[in-house]
Amino acid sequence: MNLDVIIFIVSALLAVSGAALMITLKNPVLAVMSMIVSLVAQAVLYIQLGALFVGAVLIIVYSGAIMVLFLFVIMLLNLRGNEDLGEQSSPIKLSIKFLFGLVLFVETIFIIRTGFLAGNVEVGVMTQSLNGFGSVEEVAKLLFTKYLYPFELTSILLLAAIVGAVVMTKRDSDIEPEISNETKEEQS
Amino acid sequence: MFEVILFASIKVLVVVAAVLTGCAYSTLLERRVVGRMQHRIGPNTAGPFGLLTPLADGLKLIFKEEIKPANIEPITYMLAPMISFVPAILTFAVIPFGKDNTFFGQDFTLVLSDLNIGVLFVFAVTSLGIYGIVLAGWSSGSKYSMMGAVRSAAQMISYEVGYGLSIVGVIIIANTLSLRELVEAQMGPLWGTITFLPNWFVFSQPLGFILFLTCAIAETNRAPFDMAEAESELVAGYHTEYSSMKFSMFFIAEYANMIAVSAVGATLFFGGWHGPFLDSMPMLSVVYFVLKVFMFMFFYIWLRATFPRFRYDQLMAFGWKVLLPVALLNTLITAFFVIL
Repeated sequence: MNLDVIIFIVSALLAVSGAALMITLKNPVLAVMSMIVSLVAQAVLYIQLGALFVGAVLIIVYSGAIMVLFLFVIMLLNLRGNEDLGEQSSPIKLSIKFLFGLVLFVETIFIIRTGFLAGNVEVGVMTQSLNGFGSVEEVAKLLFTKYLYPFELTSILLLAAIVGAVVMTKRDSDIEPEISNETKEEQS
Repeated sequence: MFEVILFASIKVLVVVAAVLTGCAYSTLLERRVVGRMQHRIGPNTAGPFGLLTPLADGLKLIFKEEIKPANIEPITYMLAPMISFVPAILTFAVIPFGKDNTFFGQDFTLVLSDLNIGVLFVFAVTSLGIYGIVLAGWSSGSKYSMMGAVRSAAQMISYEVGYGLSIVGVIIIANTLSLRELVEAQMGPLWGTITFLPNWFVFSQPLGFILFLTCAIAETNRAPFDMAEAESELVAGYHTEYSSMKFSMFFIAEYANMIAVSAVGATLFFGGWHGPFLDSMPMLSVVYFVLKVFMFMFFYIWLRATFPRFRYDQLMAFGWKVLLPVALLNTLITAFFVIL
């Protein structure tokens, strides 16, 4: 068996089982950890497709920064997984959720089978990516030419979020310096 | 294929063994140097110059009784030391140790994996290093550990921003993310004209280097930024409740992180394995590299003996209000000059 295929199977299994554990585990910290495992496995899948940059950024941004903030909040609230999360959903609600989930699942299978999103995609492990897909140069080119305006608009959105967070913490005048610092971290 | 795997495994084993030995002897170096700086002698009884001290320490830590507090979270408590240890070692996968040469008639590259996003890989791995500390603090079920973990989570996220931005200048100049190509970009005389200085990025990016050094020390939780341990406030911070080999795993991870950051610094700013007389003796490049890493490690220890610890709010304010703007300014200036 090819080494690439073995790596693919292992990381695909890790990605799926990490995601499944994330929604089933009661303990919030373990749930975050399984999400990190899932994200790292997904990064491996990206790297196998030749999209090195996307894979690295997935780890740096999601597993390295956002998930740390999740953990940070969980630890500050001291959640241990034995909290009362409110009443269970009614059977009708549950069945509706299940139905929608099923529809999404069938849709996903349909999309993958027909490949109508990206034309006829070659299935398998690629050592060389298509036209530099996902490399630093290609991502940068797209960001600074084709998607320049959406990219700049996103930064305005982020700026608005930062200003909003600062305003929210500056409600009272007698706030300790630590609090404002922590909100800044949540924005980074 | 079997040969490729065997060859790669041997290289990995050699590198890991070298790093672990480096960790062990860094502890001795630290104790001896800090001892001298504080007008003490330091450990000198085990072996000549105390050279067997790390061995004795290791044996002692393995045979110590392991005490587990009652209210820990068992799974994460056990995983935390390993999680903190693995990212520290992983960094060495992309660092070039020396000039490529032939060895027993075979082409031999002195780097485990030459990724063309090497720098990003280093940052991805560094950003994962925090989980060991955070999980250790959380799962210990102790206030001191918890405080240490929360502090270090906030600190490492804050300084990661500056850490990443501090080397953007270097990347702009070299126009590559591969560590091998970054080393090659630092060959030759400075700016092609000044012959008595090498073209190291520390000369063209002095501000970037200072930022890198500051953020690197904060990222590795070393003095004067060692808020996660802060023994005068938090007993020992995140590893208060750990004992025996698990405790020493955290220590090894800390030193491995220091060596990793030193190696990255040497590669990015001091020309990596680059040095004189390499054409006649290519293996000399490894010596140059180790010397540069050693210089960084000595600086780390020197700082610890020199500076008092930051206060926590000062640390956060410094990171966000000083380091980040200066790093952005450095990026701007560098980009401006490169466009010119």
